[in-house]
Amino acid sequence: MTINRREFIKANAIAAAAAVAGVSVPAAASNLITSSDMTKLKWDKAPCRFCGTGCSVNVGVMDGKIVATHGDIKSPVNKGLNCVKGYFLSKIMYGKDRLTTPLLRMTNGEYDKNGEFTPISWDQAFDVMEEKAKTTLKEKGPTAVGMFGSGQWTVQEGYAALKLMKAGFRTNNIDPNARHCMASAVGGFMRTFGIDEPMGCYDDLEAADAFVLWGSNMAEMHPILWTRLTDRRLSSPHVKVAVLSTFEHRSFDLADNGMIFTPQTDLAILNYIANYIIQTDRVNKDFVSKHTNFRLGETDIGYGLRPEHPLEQKAKNNGKTKGSSTAINFEDYAKFVSSYTVEYTSKLSGVPEHKLKELAEMYADPKVKVTSFWTMGFNQHTRGVWANNLVYNIHLLTGKISTPGNSPFSLTGQPSACGTAREVGTFSHRLPADMVVKNPKHRAIAEKIWQLPEGTVPSTPGYHAVLQNRMLKDGKLNFYWVQCNNNMQAGANMMEETYPGYRNPKNFIVVSDPYPTVTAQAADLILPTAMWVEKEGVYGNAERRTQSWYQMVEAPEGAKSDLWQLVEFSKRFKVEDVWTEELIAKQPEVRGKSLFEVLYKNDSVGKFPLTEVPEDRLNDESRDFGFYIQKGLFEEYASFGRGHAHDLAPYETYHKERGLRWPVVDGKETKWRFKEGSDPYAKKGSGWDFYGKPDGRAIIFALPYEPAAEEPDDEYDLWLSTGRVLEHWHSGSMTQRVPELYKAMPDALVYMHPDDAKARNMRRGDLVKLVSRRGEVQTRVETRGRNKPPKGLVFMPWFDASRLVNKVTLDATDPLSKETDYKKCAIKIVKV
Amino acid sequence: MRHLLNRKIFKTMVVSTIAVSSLMLSLAATSTENEVATLRDQTKLVEQQKPNLIPKVVNKDIKQGRNYPMQPPVIPHTTRSYEVNKNNNKCMSCHSRQRTEESQAPMVSVTHYMNRDGNFLAEISPRRYFCNQCHVTQLDAKPLVENTFIDMHSMMKQKPSKTAQH
Repeated sequence: MTINRREFIKANAIAAAAAVAGVSVPAAASNLITSSDMTKLKWDKAPCRFCGTGCSVNVGVMDGKIVATHGDIKSPVNKGLNCVKGYFLSKIMYGKDRLTTPLLRMTNGEYDKNGEFTPISWDQAFDVMEEKAKTTLKEKGPTAVGMFGSGQWTVQEGYAALKLMKAGFRTNNIDPNARHCMASAVGGFMRTFGIDEPMGCYDDLEAADAFVLWGSNMAEMHPILWTRLTDRRLSSPHVKVAVLSTFEHRSFDLADNGMIFTPQTDLAILNYIANYIIQTDRVNKDFVSKHTNFRLGETDIGYGLRPEHPLEQKAKNNGKTKGSSTAINFEDYAKFVSSYTVEYTSKLSGVPEHKLKELAEMYADPKVKVTSFWTMGFNQHTRGVWANNLVYNIHLLTGKISTPGNSPFSLTGQPSACGTAREVGTFSHRLPADMVVKNPKHRAIAEKIWQLPEGTVPSTPGYHAVLQNRMLKDGKLNFYWVQCNNNMQAGANMMEETYPGYRNPKNFIVVSDPYPTVTAQAADLILPTAMWVEKEGVYGNAERRTQSWYQMVEAPEGAKSDLWQLVEFSKRFKVEDVWTEELIAKQPEVRGKSLFEVLYKNDSVGKFPLTEVPEDRLNDESRDFGFYIQKGLFEEYASFGRGHAHDLAPYETYHKERGLRWPVVDGKETKWRFKEGSDPYAKKGSGWDFYGKPDGRAIIFALPYEPAAEEPDDEYDLWLSTGRVLEHWHSGSMTQRVPELYKAMPDALVYMHPDDAKARNMRRGDLVKLVSRRGEVQTRVETRGRNKPPKGLVFMPWFDASRLVNKVTLDATDPLSKETDYKKCAIKIVKV
Repeated sequence: MRHLLNRKIFKTMVVSTIAVSSLMLSLAATSTENEVATLRDQTKLVEQQKPNLIPKVVNKDIKQGRNYPMQPPVIPHTTRSYEVNKNNNKCMSCHSRQRTEESQAPMVSVTHYMNRDGNFLAEISPRRYFCNQCHVTQLDAKPLVENTFIDMHSMMKQKPSKTAQH
């Protein structure tokens, strides 16, 4: 029986393969090549191009092409494993439609906003960019110039962009797509601890007794961390896993306590847990009295919509005071959370009381080491900063923080959201090492390191991601450069904001990308871009691990890295073109110099000669500019954080190590911050030292549940949540071009409860449209897929360029972090 | 095959996401050089192609070649209603070492018995427990863009002068 089946399959396979190839079966396939110089691959390490986990990958190169990739056995992050995306990294650069020449919209040989994309040279591309930028600067000043970057930029690219915008063009209108991803996490860290990024590290995964996932589908979005969590759970029977989400997903496969809650009520659940800890007398009083302060936060802060929106008109405190708070004591706080009883919370959230109690007990039990993980469920939330503050409350009340296994852990989505967006500070309000443009002392530090006159960096925060789209639409932001992201597919409310913004005749839009993406299609000028190991760079992952890689292959002829583009473009501007006479007068020696000379080819960034680039290494940028530019940028950037609890090792170290977790002091990385003994910055005798705050104390915030910006009603009767899938990286511009990944998950379907489908006379596979107050998108119904929403909620991922769910989503943001809530808006679904 | 044909027919039809009228269906089909987003198949950003039918899972049990030795093989059969959770792992009921004689399914690779430190365990390593993190089924869908990745073996074969020495 079985032998027959085998023979049958074998015969079929050969016949099928031969039929596909259109040839007869080869007679001899036995020419085994044994010469070592023939079969040898050149292997080198690089961090994965995808998520914030930061797996290290071994990349195999033959004849200038990547021919294989696999998980790096030497990396403490992934120990030889990759997820399915990671295993297919070899193919992401080889989509047939790689861009190799700049494309400008032209009519009759001239730029025309409504013209057709026409191939031009790099010189011509920079000519038109230069003209547009200079005209904009002259007519409207620096606030009309802006850039949208990425947590997928290398550290050096982000730093070069930050300098070009904030010091060169003197505009703070630079923001990363990380704004959509972890701005609320940053807000939470800064508000509670006064310093950004997780105190713990991935070692917590092997130390914790309990894991709680809050709005995080790690099984799909951080698969390698999920393998470590699974390893811990299945090899240590006492370990428990709780999973909270607004719909059932793959992470529930491992859940001991799975909970589906009504959108937005996570805020109430968090307060209930704090209340439970207090009511059952399990507050760690010694820790709380020594290391925390209590504050009452401002409420009714609006939803980050346009000021004329009815919700903003109604909100009482959406002005300057929205982030303010007043000091209270423990008793005030206990009273504040006392209304979050199990009965009230269960009714509001829809989670059964016994499940809530089981969850709360996990946190309350002093013997259980708890690690909380969260991703977009908390961060993409109109009260995202609050949600972050509230989960810290729980860990602070119990003292379960900064020790192995006790870890409130915010996971990031992008490979260098931490490294480039957060640490470099490529935000509209930030500077490197957690500094902000509003603070005159911080500006002075930046200006000193950059050897530029006082007053160079503007003091007013620029336009953040969502505001950039609004200002493009309103015609106030006119020269706009997009690098390393796909925001026409990602940005919420595309039909009312992003699309009209990009296509506004007043604006000139430049998009740099390896592939012709949705965003590229909306551009006026497209620049072909080198990617990943076609350049040298550094990424920083979610556990503060900084990792570097060398350039391993040449980019396709004509494609240039973001770094090259930024620095080459800077040659087009003399200081007089961009600075005021008043500013130049403070440092007359810069007169006549180009921004390239002032910002990059100086005695700081430009001080490492080409001879420091290993001879056998490719490095297109350095060989073109004539100095080791990646090292120069890294070292100057690192000088911001050294001695200030953000210490990085010397650049060369990272080429040797599988990454190091900052602060790196005396050559040693730091696993747990704020804990005496494991963090060199924690004061002796302190036990714990939250040194981000002047008094060393973290803040426990009293903040309430407040409703979502938009909830289902009679007409728009369903919640819509968007999100990602395992097989595709974000908007799919790389992974949709890998046939195996495409065929694993070709289309974005709408996942819905079978009863919801039935009630609308729909069946699996039916063609439907999702309609909101803002737009609509068509897709097909899935009722039995991997995601199982409860009644009343549907899920549709956003990786599919042909089905743009962001035509439907709402651009409501957290007023504190300015991060969009992609998890909640009201829609209806109708048959087509 | 059927869905591919349908897909082609659908390609000629374009629907507007702003105003859906039957008139627009036929008018909006023209495109210019500006619709460069390959994955959108020459469709204006404010419009949308009619979504193709949900493709079927390839269920032929015929192994697909690997691009390189370390690539996790794709699954050549449907896995619908396969439970893989903390209580059950349906995949292992055929692919575990103890079951392959009966099932004639390929045994999971030896690496799957190694823990984080590279030591072999008596059972499959818990870190490899969720098969679907690396192994995926394939739907009967035609890729939208060709991929020009070259297999290292083909690359070696392109060097005839050196191979001739053997």
